[in-house]
Amino acid sequence: MTKSELIDALARRQTHLAFGDVELAVKSVIEQMSHALAHGERIEVRGFGSFALHYRPPRMGRNPKTGEPVALPGKHVPHFKPGKELRERVNQSLDSTDNP
Amino acid sequence: MALTKAEMAEHLFLEVGLNKREAKEFVDAYFEVVREALERGEQVKLSGFGNFDLRLKNQRPGRNPKTGEEIPISARRVVTFRPGQKLKVRVEGYAGSRE
Repeated sequence: MTKSELIDALARRQTHLAFGDVELAVKSVIEQMSHALAHGERIEVRGFGSFALHYRPPRMGRNPKTGEPVALPGKHVPHFKPGKELRERVNQSLDSTDNP
Repeated sequence: MALTKAEMAEHLFLEVGLNKREAKEFVDAYFEVVREALERGEQVKLSGFGNFDLRLKNQRPGRNPKTGEEIPISARRVVTFRPGQKLKVRVEGYAGSRE
């Protein structure tokens, strides 16, 4: 499912909303989530999961072309931890559909 | 402080002009539609943010941490998140607390 398919699915579901508003709302939610993480803020959605930043310490890397060592600075990376309901639903559907 | 569904709905009220009830319902529906796709075994790709992928894990040996008893961890399907390039770049530069 892509972003545009998500917009279509939500527009079919929330029929009282104009399509353009659904588009704007999906983009707004994604931008709010990116903005929060870019500012080191966690995201917590009960039943879905939480997003937080994990720190990666500085390390020595290598230029893959020349083999030359390069110092890579420490950085933060986004991390997602699925919530209980999502974990259970994704795993249950495996038992019922793909594992006869 | 963390971004929550209530805060997302508040933004939709202020920025997109949905009324408060619509905004709350929209945020609930948003995460429900994503959950349903993953439940069906479908990958979810949100360009600019990242991809939610599904992975099959084989059964592996585990242990009850309290009793030390050995119990196999059953085969399962799990969701993983791979941040997109754009999100990675935005987050890399964050210089705050190191977790």
